[in-house]
Amino acid sequence: MPTDPTLDRRAVVRELLRDRGDLLVVAGLGASAWDITAAGDCPANLPLWGGMGGAAMLGLGLALAQPKRRVLVITGDGEMLMALGALATIGVQKPVNLTVVVLDNEHYSETGGQETATRHGVDLAAIARGAGIPDSRIVRGAEDLPGLRSDIHRAAAPLFAVVKIAAGNAPLVLPPREGAFLTARFREAVLGSAAHHQL
Amino acid sequence: MDRDALEMRPDAASDWPDRIYDTLKTHGITQVALVPDAGHARLIRRCQADSAMRVVTLTTEEEGVAMLVGAWLGGAKGVLLMQSSGVGNCTNMLSLAVLHRAPLPMLVTMRGDFGEFNPAQVPMGNATQAVLEAMGTLVRRADEAKDVAPVVDGTLRLAFNTYRPTAALIGQRLIGAKTFGKD
Repeated sequence: MPTDPTLDRRAVVRELLRDRGDLLVVAGLGASAWDITAAGDCPANLPLWGGMGGAAMLGLGLALAQPKRRVLVITGDGEMLMALGALATIGVQKPVNLTVVVLDNEHYSETGGQETATRHGVDLAAIARGAGIPDSRIVRGAEDLPGLRSDIHRAAAPLFAVVKIAAGNAPLVLPPREGAFLTARFREAVLGSAAHHQL
Repeated sequence: MDRDALEMRPDAASDWPDRIYDTLKTHGITQVALVPDAGHARLIRRCQADSAMRVVTLTTEEEGVAMLVGAWLGGAKGVLLMQSSGVGNCTNMLSLAVLHRAPLPMLVTMRGDFGEFNPAQVPMGNATQAVLEAMGTLVRRADEAKDVAPVVDGTLRLAFNTYRPTAALIGQRLIGAKTFGKD
């Protein structure tokens, strides 16, 4: 029986987003959105407040639209489990500029800490590999984070990583809630002021 | 019986699928997300033959909603093609398009709508427009071939000019009904 994970989710996200450059970041609803906000809210962040199961696919649409930018989706195990089919869709499309990182604490931490399927042995990295994303890995120690961070910026194929993190909630750090604002500032960060005049 | 009788599709003489393709080109659509439907088969082939269009076959229609919100965030314009049964799969994900003011045109071929053979198609076919409208989508319909291109054009304009989910329902009368050889 492996020991319970000890990595701290905030420290993981802080490391992955260190010196992020022009990296575009999408976060699944709940704790992942609070995590990217705690690391530093900015226009190139798209924290989701809903649409559970949509984070990876939103990342795919963005990555296909902006093939010269790197796109990182950070989401939780519960959110990813709701979108296993999306791994097949991404595995077929193979966007070279997309990374999906699952912060896996094996629990639905926003709703009272109920166990998810990963607590019972479901292996998201194996599923992603089987879905056509060969570089699908599990990170259990802080020593593997710098390599993952580097690959997010350099990989020549889609990348999927499960980072096993400690269960439990970090303090709430809420991003802006107004979706129109989040969209407008993100599009301006990507497209410049032309974003607001696109026909 | 003929396998073709199992899947209904527009007859070869109808050109409204080609007029939809022309309309997508006029609007600069570069991402086409879909779960296949026989009624869209000809349009799908046209899109797949176009190197300026990225055709993404989804495992479920809600993936396309999230994908096209992402496309818009990156400055690309997309369209979601599906059968009416797929609308039910999109319900909660439409929240993202509404919240994020993302243009999301959907072209929906209807089942359970006109002369349907399969009883399982009726509940969702009958609820398609109500479900879309309940989730904030503007819905327009075409039941005659001459209306398809203008309705699709209007649906795309509403989406990209006013930043919201919109849908064009293409009536089953235009596509034909499955008969399983019983006609």
